[in-house]
Amino acid sequence: MTTAAGRDPGLQPERTRLAWRRTTLSCTVVALLAFRQSLHAGATAAGVVAVALSLLAWLGFLGVAHRRVTGMGSARPPAALSPRLALTAAACTVALAVFAVATLF
Amino acid sequence: MSGFVRGLRLWFAPERIREEGDTPDYRFSLANERTFLAWIRTALALIGGGFAVDQFLPELAWGVRAGLALGLLAAGVLCALRAVNHWVRCERAMRRGEDLPVSHFPALLSLVVAVVAVAMVVVVLFGWEGR
Repeated sequence: MTTAAGRDPGLQPERTRLAWRRTTLSCTVVALLAFRQSLHAGATAAGVVAVALSLLAWLGFLGVAHRRVTGMGSARPPAALSPRLALTAAACTVALAVFAVATLF
Repeated sequence: MSGFVRGLRLWFAPERIREEGDTPDYRFSLANERTFLAWIRTALALIGGGFAVDQFLPELAWGVRAGLALGLLAAGVLCALRAVNHWVRCERAMRRGEDLPVSHFPALLSLVVAVVAVAMVVVVLFGWEGR
């Protein structure tokens, strides 16, 4: 394991970091669609709340990604993903979907 | 089912996962994490598809549009929740030195996506005439 770790010093954390970036990008696209949806609904009180909530979900996801990416850079060997972060990322994703369902009706 | 409940408890008491077995090679954990992220991206793509159906197909009847969007959004939510569950199960299996868990979910998801795609084709081909 130590020889394997010596042979592969940086690529695995790098690939994981890029995977987080890709995921953040996907989340941004969905958040923009959510933003567009609530613009469509007009500047009602419900529309403003919807924009705020989707922004919150997006920021939550960004925060999780940022914590993970910076956390992975400092530790060596990098620590495994904590379940709390995984759960938060999934919760932000679900929140965007719930928002979409709410604006459907 | 009890395995599912135990897995669910692990979601909310995450420290417990570290009590079992040995810490695996970090590369395996990172690979598991990337798989988790790939599933999250799949979920985000499905949710984005739900938004897109609602926003970019305004000619469709409301019922059809809402049905398609709801199907995609529900698939996205399932996908996100299942991503966490599968990640926890894989992490635990690696710590215990067991085989990785098998899953019917990819087959199920591909069936749902195929059904939605066929429905889209039918709707696009015949939907406007019925209006």
